Amino acid sequence: MTVRQRSMAKRIILKDLNQELRLFQRRILIVGFLLLLGVLLIIARLCILQWFQHERYTTLSNENQLTIIPIPPNRGLIYDRNGVLLAENLPVFSLELIPDKVANLQKTLRELREFIQISDNDVAQFQKQIKQQRRFEKVALKSQLTSQEVAQFYVNQYRFPGVLINAELLRYYPLGEVMVSALGYVGRINTADLQTLDISNYSGTNYIGKLGIEKSYENILHGQVGNEQVETDASGRIIRIMNRSSPVPGNNLYLTIDSQLQMAAVAALGDHRGAVVAIEPATGQVLALVSQPAYDPNLFVTGISQKDFDALNKSLDQPLFNRAIRGQYPPGSIVKPFYALTALNQNLISTEWHVYDKGWFMLPNSTHRYRGYKKEGLGSVNVRQAIAQSSDIFFYELSRKIGIEGMSNILNAFGFGKDTGIELREELPGLVPTPAWKRANKGSAWYPGDTIITGIGQGFLLVTPLQMASAVAALSMRGNRYHPYLLLKQETSRLTEYNKLLKPETKVNASAIAWETVIGGMEDVISSPQGTGYRFGKPPYSVAAKTGTAQVFSIKQNENYKDLKIPERLRDHSTFIAFAPVEDPKIAIAVIVENSPDAAKVARKVIDTYLLSTTPLPLTV
Amino acid sequence: MHLLSLLLPSTYNPDYRHHTFLQRLHIDGPLLGGLLLLVGIGLIILFSAASESYEMITRQSFRLGLAFLILFIFAQISPTAYRRWTPLVFLLSLCSLILVLLVGHIGKGAQRWLDLGILRLQPSELLKLTIPMIAAWCFHDRHLPPNLKEILMVAIIIVAPAFLTALQPDLGTAIILIISGGFVLLLAGLSWRLLAFMLAAVAALTPLIWHFMHDYQRNRVLTFLNPERDPLGAGYHIIQSKIAIGSGGIFGKGWLEGTQSHLNFLPEHATDFIFAVCGEEFGLVGTIVLLFCFLYITARGLYISLNAQDTYTRLLAGSLSLTFCLSALINIGMVIGILPVVGLPLPLISYGGTSLVTVFAGFGILMSIHTHRKLLSG
Repeated sequence: MTVRQRSMAKRIILKDLNQELRLFQRRILIVGFLLLLGVLLIIARLCILQWFQHERYTTLSNENQLTIIPIPPNRGLIYDRNGVLLAENLPVFSLELIPDKVANLQKTLRELREFIQISDNDVAQFQKQIKQQRRFEKVALKSQLTSQEVAQFYVNQYRFPGVLINAELLRYYPLGEVMVSALGYVGRINTADLQTLDISNYSGTNYIGKLGIEKSYENILHGQVGNEQVETDASGRIIRIMNRSSPVPGNNLYLTIDSQLQMAAVAALGDHRGAVVAIEPATGQVLALVSQPAYDPNLFVTGISQKDFDALNKSLDQPLFNRAIRGQYPPGSIVKPFYALTALNQNLISTEWHVYDKGWFMLPNSTHRYRGYKKEGLGSVNVRQAIAQSSDIFFYELSRKIGIEGMSNILNAFGFGKDTGIELREELPGLVPTPAWKRANKGSAWYPGDTIITGIGQGFLLVTPLQMASAVAALSMRGNRYHPYLLLKQETSRLTEYNKLLKPETKVNASAIAWETVIGGMEDVISSPQGTGYRFGKPPYSVAAKTGTAQVFSIKQNENYKDLKIPERLRDHSTFIAFAPVEDPKIAIAVIVENSPDAAKVARKVIDTYLLSTTPLPLTV
Repeated sequence: MHLLSLLLPSTYNPDYRHHTFLQRLHIDGPLLGGLLLLVGIGLIILFSAASESYEMITRQSFRLGLAFLILFIFAQISPTAYRRWTPLVFLLSLCSLILVLLVGHIGKGAQRWLDLGILRLQPSELLKLTIPMIAAWCFHDRHLPPNLKEILMVAIIIVAPAFLTALQPDLGTAIILIISGGFVLLLAGLSWRLLAFMLAAVAALTPLIWHFMHDYQRNRVLTFLNPERDPLGAGYHIIQSKIAIGSGGIFGKGWLEGTQSHLNFLPEHATDFIFAVCGEEFGLVGTIVLLFCFLYITARGLYISLNAQDTYTRLLAGSLSLTFCLSALINIGMVIGILPVVGLPLPLISYGGTSLVTVFAGFGILMSIHTHRKLLSG
């Protein structure tokens, strides 16, 4: 830059200075004017408040010197379909003390301890709390008094000014672990819950649904908070209640669950690990939803101790694992009727098409033997016999005819491989494998052998007990599929509202002959002498069923499977689906029993209870 | 006579303007008078708001003494020195802000200050001064009005630290930072069309953001905009402060006679909601007097900016005065229920020390600008 240019630049800046000053002055004037407008607005507002509405606010100030105290709503109760109480609110009593009103704290404590068990820990907590609060505020001394302690306190209350008993409602599940797989539980609101809930509406609430129905229907069960406007004196003591807006209690819910059936299923499973799901086929209403072993939800309400939680969490039996909706098992042979249905419907086979079951099957150009469950074979079987006797060889052949696309299509149509949409958010979708899925997730091509083992419900295929029950219900209704749900109706103080289907029903279409043959084969499972359902016995009603075995432990090519030599936890799971009566299905059921062949026995007891029992079971656990 | 000259700006006699004691100390008499008046009124209100607690009054007086000392020191530094050191000071304040965020992040809690052993440094307070300083510095050697590129550059310098402050989270201070930088832009000659365009862009984005929010987030925004939706939470403050102000009437209930604050119905009555105490005890008359005190100080600050001799001091003085005024108006607007509740104190009146020191430091700079002028004609 030359000297001349620099001096020119300087001159330009100098020349602009006056104009810049004028610009600045103009701006100051405008902004100052805007601020003045703001001041005028404020003065106008002050005039309205302090001049025109002065009377109103004086009244409010003099007579309505109020503090607002939230009143939590009562949580809605939960019943089963017959009105049996499943979740209620019990009052629990805690001992509270107002330091300001107690003359001699040590003496009072000593006297209270004569008839109320107060641990040193309680006292330490109490002393700590006292220091943090104002003198006239209540401080809890002991929670969960026994009824005897409450009674004794009331008798002696005159001796203890400033000591009082506070009642709080606590969620209680009378049937305990029987219902937990459907109901879930509530627990104390934690910081994660606070992120998403409406702080005002929960301002008096300490508990929130954590799992199951309690969580899914939280917004219906909770209700609307109320508040109490109280007049207080100069130091904040409540003098009287000025105004009260009552809380709106949460709605009561009636579930589709039949608690007698639920208990029968729990009893039928006994000590086995497993799950039972029963559905009313004509509606999709879930009658029983059981996962065993279970746990007592009441432990979680007040906050479970670390020791108890570890015991549950680390148990090999996995009681916290809801098998009915989260257990993803290989289904075993129970998928065979669905394959038979699609093959008959597409005319891939006729009802008379035969396969000779010689005990094993081999793909062309391969030496791998896929064996049946019976080493010597079942002989020549048609489709109905193949279902009744669960011929693996027949379905190996059949799966080659249908192909993996056709098989996954029919399984999808019956609801496998995706959420059923039941009101339990923990539900898992299972897995219906396809070549595309395998390429994406396993990084390898789909082999013909994958199709073959999918044909008997093994391989990658995974289903939940709920999906199995829903699928057999649809089968019993000849393709009319009602999506399973748990909420029968909800009830406010004024009206009862029946729940509508969560999802519209869907339809699986098949020819009449296909339905007849498949359902006939399933009847033979129980009624035919060769049927695999012999463990079910001979019931006094008609029943269509299918047994299945889910391998836990695969045996090598030339080994024999000898049950007793294998440790219990590596033994096969048994699966079982059924519906009854065949003519007019009232119940469809799916059972899985881990490491035991007893699924059919369990199912028998449950169906008997539903169809035969006339006297209600006593409702005790 | 001497006392009168403290209070009245009209006593501007050119004959002895270079010879008064105050001038030699680089103190601007009229501004000092206004400050003393407002601070005095503030202590009177605080005494009542603090339930006549001598301890709080003593503590606040001590803070005020410290603040006046800082004002005095800041007034001694010449504007040229301020300008020269601006970039360095700004960078230091920005770094300490980032440091605070990191420390707070590691400590898993909101933290606003750095513990330097003898004192706690609150970087967001520092930025209240350094943001207008750096913005004015950017424009000092440029032609005004600025072009689009310059405006964008300065806008980024303003918004980035404000955004970091909002993350702390300290929304109130973040708003003040944006305002103080925004005033520099406005005074430097930011075109109205561009301003309108920016406001329109923000308005256009709002429905889009709304669309992507969860229900509970929408609820919180609605409560923020209209606290009376939520009588158990934020609305309680507003209801009680309106009762306090409204029941004060024209002349008020009298000093120490306010029931709303003395019976603890009015929350935060010594800090953010102290204006309501003034309204309750001194009525419409009191609130308007208080407003005029703020206006007088602002007017004096603007007078100083109009008489400043270069772009840097002019913009800085203008922004400091306007920000002082607007933060007072925002606090009052919040207390009387015409603005959403953001945690902002009423400058010079609310109980508390950190922002007090910053405000006084700002006035120290204003005095320095006014008393270090060179006589052009004389």
